[in-house]
Amino acid sequence: MTTGAQILTKSSAVPAVRAAGLRVSRRQVVQASVTYALLVAGSVFLMVPFFWMLSTSLKTLAEVQTWPIVWIPSQFIWENYPAVFQKTPFGRYILNSLTIASGGIIGTLIGSSLAGFGFARLRFPGRNVLFFINLTTLMLPAWVVIVPHFMMFSYVGWLDTYLPFIVPAFFGNAYHIFLFRQWFLGIPRELEDAARIDGCSTPRIYAQIFMPLSKPVIATVAIFAFFYYWNDLIYPLVYLQSQMKFPVSLGLRMFQTAHMGVVDMPKMMAASMMALLPCVLLFFFAQRLFVQGVVITGVEK
Amino acid sequence: MALKFQTPKSGLARREALEGYLFILPWILGFLMFRFGPMLYSLFLSFTDYAARGAPQLIGFENYVYMFTKDPRFLDSIRSTFAFVVGYLPLNLSIGLAIALLMNQRVRGIFVFRSIYYLPAVTSGVAVAILWQFVFHKQWGILNAILMVFGVEPIGWLVDPKWVMVAFVIMSIWGVGGSMIIYLAGLQSIPTELYESAAIDGANRVRQLWHITLPMLTPTIFFVLITGLIGAFQIFESAYVMTGGGPQYATYFFGLNIYFTAFQSLRFAYASTLAWMLFAIIAALTIFVFGTSRRWVFYAGAREDV
Repeated sequence: MTTGAQILTKSSAVPAVRAAGLRVSRRQVVQASVTYALLVAGSVFLMVPFFWMLSTSLKTLAEVQTWPIVWIPSQFIWENYPAVFQKTPFGRYILNSLTIASGGIIGTLIGSSLAGFGFARLRFPGRNVLFFINLTTLMLPAWVVIVPHFMMFSYVGWLDTYLPFIVPAFFGNAYHIFLFRQWFLGIPRELEDAARIDGCSTPRIYAQIFMPLSKPVIATVAIFAFFYYWNDLIYPLVYLQSQMKFPVSLGLRMFQTAHMGVVDMPKMMAASMMALLPCVLLFFFAQRLFVQGVVITGVEK
Repeated sequence: MALKFQTPKSGLARREALEGYLFILPWILGFLMFRFGPMLYSLFLSFTDYAARGAPQLIGFENYVYMFTKDPRFLDSIRSTFAFVVGYLPLNLSIGLAIALLMNQRVRGIFVFRSIYYLPAVTSGVAVAILWQFVFHKQWGILNAILMVFGVEPIGWLVDPKWVMVAFVIMSIWGVGGSMIIYLAGLQSIPTELYESAAIDGANRVRQLWHITLPMLTPTIFFVLITGLIGAFQIFESAYVMTGGGPQYATYFFGLNIYFTAFQSLRFAYASTLAWMLFAIIAALTIFVFGTSRRWVFYAGAREDV
C-alpha cells in the first residue's frame, strides 16, 4: 500500500547512481540532461491538446478558421462559457451527471465493500472459486450483456430513468470488490479478534471497525466510480431518451451535432473544458489515492 | 480424498460461513441478474431471429452463418478492430515501459512529469474525443499545423481511410500514462539489493536492465498486456464521437457494429451474435496469452496467498 502513496511523491533511487555517491560525474549530467529532454518533449506532446482546447475555447469563430493557426487568441472571449449554458441545458446536464454519479457511488461503496469484506475476512466453502469468478467478469465485454440489460430494464419500465445506472451499483462492482478485498486483507486480525472477544457481531465489525479504517480505499473507489459515471457514454446512450435527462457526456455529444453544428468550435471547446474540469481537479487533489488504486491492481496480479 | 471443506465442523465455523454468504449475497444476486443471466440470454438470442418485437424465434446457426459468409460489416469490424489492436497494443506496452524507465531515475522534479504524463490517461470520454476531433481537423487542426512546419502536406486524419487508424493510435497513445503508472509501481517493487549485487558483480546498466529489470517486470508487463488487450478490443466512444465508424467503415469497430446493429437497426438477435463473437475473440486471446505466460512471466518467490 505504501508504494502506491510514494509513486508520485518520491522517486526510487537507481542504485548505480547511489553507488557513485555524491560525486556528480559528467556522465550523470549528460544522462540527466537526456532524460529531461525526452521527458519535456513528451510533456509537450501530451499538453498541447489541452492548451489547444483552452485556447480555442477563448477564440472567436473567425479566429478558429484562420491560417496560419492562432495559438493565443488576440482577445479572450470569456463569453463562450456562459453562452454554452444559454444555448444548451448544460447546467441541467451537469446536475444529471451528478445525480447519476452520486447514486452510483453510494451504491458501489455499499455493495462492493460488503462483498469485499466477505471475501477477505470470512471463511466459507467455495470462497476462492467465487472470487475467481468475480475476477473473470472483468473480462466480460459490456456488449455481451447490453441487449438483455436493455430488455430487462425496458420490461420493468426503468428506461429513461436513472435506475438502470444506480440500482445495479448496489450489487457491487467486480473491480471495486477486488480493491476493497485487498484493503481489508491488510487490516490486522488482532483488531477483529479483540472485538469478537468483546462480543462484537460481524456486521458491527464491518461497519464500526473495518469501514472507519478504510477511508483511503473508500475514497479511491469513490473517485474511480465518479470518473466512470461522469464519462460513461454507452449506457446513457442506450437507456435515456429525453434530452432533459441527459448527463454531460451525452449532452456534449448532442450539441456536437444538433445545437451548434460542428463549426462552432469555440463553444464546443468551452463545453468540453467544463466537462473535463471536474476530472482534472479531482485528479490533482486526489492524485495519491488514484495512483494507489492502480498500484493495488497492478502489483497484486 | 474426501472433500474436507464440504461441511464446516464447528458451529462457530458454520456461523462464519453463513455470515460470509450473507455478506457476498448482494454480489451473488448481482452476478446472476446482471452478468450470468444476461450472458446466457444473449447466447440464446444469438440463435434466434428477434428484432425487439414479438418473441424470439429459434433459427439455429443462421446468424452465425450470415455473419461469417454474408455480412460485409462484420469483416469491416474485424479488420478495423484488429488493425487498431495491432497498432496500439505494442506501442502502448513499449512506450509505457520506456517512459516508466525514464521516470524511475532520480531526477529532480520528476513528480511534476509523472502528473503530466498521467493526466491524459484519466481524462476520457466525449470531451476528449471532441478535442481530438478538432486536433485532427484537416484545415484548422493543430496536428496538421505542426506538421506543416516540417513541410508535410495537410492530412485528412479522420476523413482519409488510409490515415484514420493512425489517428486513433496517436490519440490512444496519448493516454499511455495509464500503463506507465502501472509499470512504475512494478519497477519500484523490484528489490534494490538485486541491483546492488549486480553492480558488485560488474554488471553495467544495460545488463541490469536486461537481466534484472525486465525479468522482474514480466508480471507487470503481463498485466498491462492483458488489460490492454481486453480494453482495446472494446474501443467505442472515441470512434462513435469522432468518425461514427467511417470513413468507408475504416473505424467500424466491433463495439460500433454491435451498438448500431442493436440500437439503430434493432436487430437484437444479430447484435447478440456479434457480441458473442467479440467475447469469444477476447476470451480466446486472453487464454492464449495466459497459456504463454508460463514461458515468459517470472514470479519471484511465486506464492498463492489469499
